[in-house]
Amino acid sequence: MTRFTTAAIAALIAGQATTAFADEIKVGLLLPYSGVYAALGEIEAGFTLGLETFGGQTDDTFVVVKEDTEVKPPVGLAKAKKLALQDKADVIVGVVSSGVLGAVRDFVDGVGVPLVVANAGNDAATGKDCSPFITRFSFSNSQVNRPMGQYLVDQGITKVFTMAPDYAAGHQQIGAFKAAFEAAGGEIVGQEFTPFQKTQDFGPYMANAKSSEAQAVYVFYAGGEAISYVKQYDSFGLKENLPLYGSGFLTSALYVNAEGAAAEGVKAASYYVPTIDNPENAAFVDAYKAANDRLPSEFAVAGYDAAHALVLASANGASDRAALAKALSTSSFDGPRGATSIDPATNNIVQPIYVYETVAAADGAGMTQKVLASLAPEQDPANGCTLGN
Amino acid sequence: MDFGFWLFQTLNALQLSMLLFLLSVGLTVIFGLMHFVNLAHGALYALGAYIAASVSVHLGYWGAFVIAPIAVAAVGFVLYATLIRSMRKSGPMAQVLVTFGLIFALLDVTRILWGDLALAMDGPQILAGRLTIGVLDYPLYRLFTIVLGIVIFAALALVLNRTQIGAMIRAGVDNDEMAACLGINVERLFFIVFCVGCALAGLAGVVAAPVLSVTPDMGLQILIPTLIVIVIGGLGSLKGAIIGSLIYGFVTTFGAVFLPGFASVLIYALLALVLVVRPTGLFPAKV
Repeated sequence: MTRFTTAAIAALIAGQATTAFADEIKVGLLLPYSGVYAALGEIEAGFTLGLETFGGQTDDTFVVVKEDTEVKPPVGLAKAKKLALQDKADVIVGVVSSGVLGAVRDFVDGVGVPLVVANAGNDAATGKDCSPFITRFSFSNSQVNRPMGQYLVDQGITKVFTMAPDYAAGHQQIGAFKAAFEAAGGEIVGQEFTPFQKTQDFGPYMANAKSSEAQAVYVFYAGGEAISYVKQYDSFGLKENLPLYGSGFLTSALYVNAEGAAAEGVKAASYYVPTIDNPENAAFVDAYKAANDRLPSEFAVAGYDAAHALVLASANGASDRAALAKALSTSSFDGPRGATSIDPATNNIVQPIYVYETVAAADGAGMTQKVLASLAPEQDPANGCTLGN
Repeated sequence: MDFGFWLFQTLNALQLSMLLFLLSVGLTVIFGLMHFVNLAHGALYALGAYIAASVSVHLGYWGAFVIAPIAVAAVGFVLYATLIRSMRKSGPMAQVLVTFGLIFALLDVTRILWGDLALAMDGPQILAGRLTIGVLDYPLYRLFTIVLGIVIFAALALVLNRTQIGAMIRAGVDNDEMAACLGINVERLFFIVFCVGCALAGLAGVVAAPVLSVTPDMGLQILIPTLIVIVIGGLGSLKGAIIGSLIYGFVTTFGAVFLPGFASVLIYALLALVLVVRPTGLFPAKV
């Protein structure tokens, strides 16, 4: 190929990007299809539905390429490289584990491919490790728990025992709650960090909570551990005298039917439950149920909103990597979780936090979520992120 | 931290011990008799829990309690006929590799059949409440687990020490060639013991399902504790399995009470100590 034709093609491509002609946007889905988080295929279901629902708002078309992280950071990095360099993806969506996010961070930042984080909640990713190319449409560990500090004190609870698995997310989730709770005048009377994915029996730790002078227990557990925890807490009869509070993953819509009546009365804070009352959510829940035959979870909504934001970015003319990254970090729309936007100072999502109680469904079919309060959206502190400067 | 607290924690320790006993006794006797390391034992336990969760929807807990161990024994039968019998003479390394591969094959089979989402299983209605006597206030189902573990231990001890088939098994563990010379059908004995071991793994799965969550990786999570139990207790002996389970249960439970930061390290430290002081475990089947 002569230099002239190369230049001509380059000019043609560049020209196309700025005109109203339809572009093809290549999306790399980077998710764990095997390993312990495989259940979070929810994210893909939400993302697919989001593209179907909103895709008509842009002339561009989306091509999706999938890669499996296996929840292993080195594998995640290799797959991110494959998506960005070989497949020439315009944007990467996904990343469930914060370990994988940490591994791909420098690569996507260096290459300049936008990464839409659809789960991983590590605070640092939108704090000191933030990047103009990484926007997060899920949550940060602190964000979910911080409002619960004041909320519990407002409920007259001033002495709390906390529990969480002993790994980064457990410490961040509980740490944010503890700081806010103590600032509001509460007192943490005991803390336990249980060996992560090595604890079969929470009984010994629960006995410690029972013998403390706590008025309530506040925990972060997710997945299989959440189910074991909630069932065991109930079987010991602790719920009556020592109400259980927690980060919303504890009684997620994804697991709550496996927990059954044991989850009844547990109060938790989350950015999404299927019973949020707004028209966007009603449409989302109906469409998701029709496509997947179950209720959407907080994981599905992150995929759905990521697709929504991508469509909006493309409708506003963005189709190459730099333009998409820029458009994504100023996203703002009304979605199933209410007013949803990205804070350009950290690229983390700003969203309301819902306090909900798990109750038996009126029609007797399993458990449902009763929203008790909607706490105002808060921006996370910059925590060393310099995007806003 | 009154008397009730200590009683409560002791029962917690016993409950965990008995669950591990059900798993480790099958594994250790299979090893003792056949010199066969079946790493897929944990996967059979997970399979038992999954089958139980499915069966209990239709037949309730007790239906699952009966059917799941039989179904897992049937899976064990198939494994024995297709893989394990032909691997008998091929040395420990090949056996470890094959059964290690089986773990992942069975893990994916459970994922394909039942999906990735954790399943629920309720305990029996009659054991739903708690036993309250004085300072004691403990879930009935957990007490049932403890009693069941003791009953299984007593039954196995009786069979192994007081019956003819028990004598044959003990002879096989001591010296299988000599036992064969004396007219014992050692191959058939192996087969029976293997199936019983698998059934016990399935039983452990049923018993654990209402307390824990039924997830595809539950078999992997329980494998390491089970191996620790039989290494501490000594390979191949019933006594080793029960003592090892009790040590594991009490060390992890009271470790969580006294030294929460070291709870997960403590048992490994003990394991290392046992390996240094008594490399064959505390109560090995052979001296």
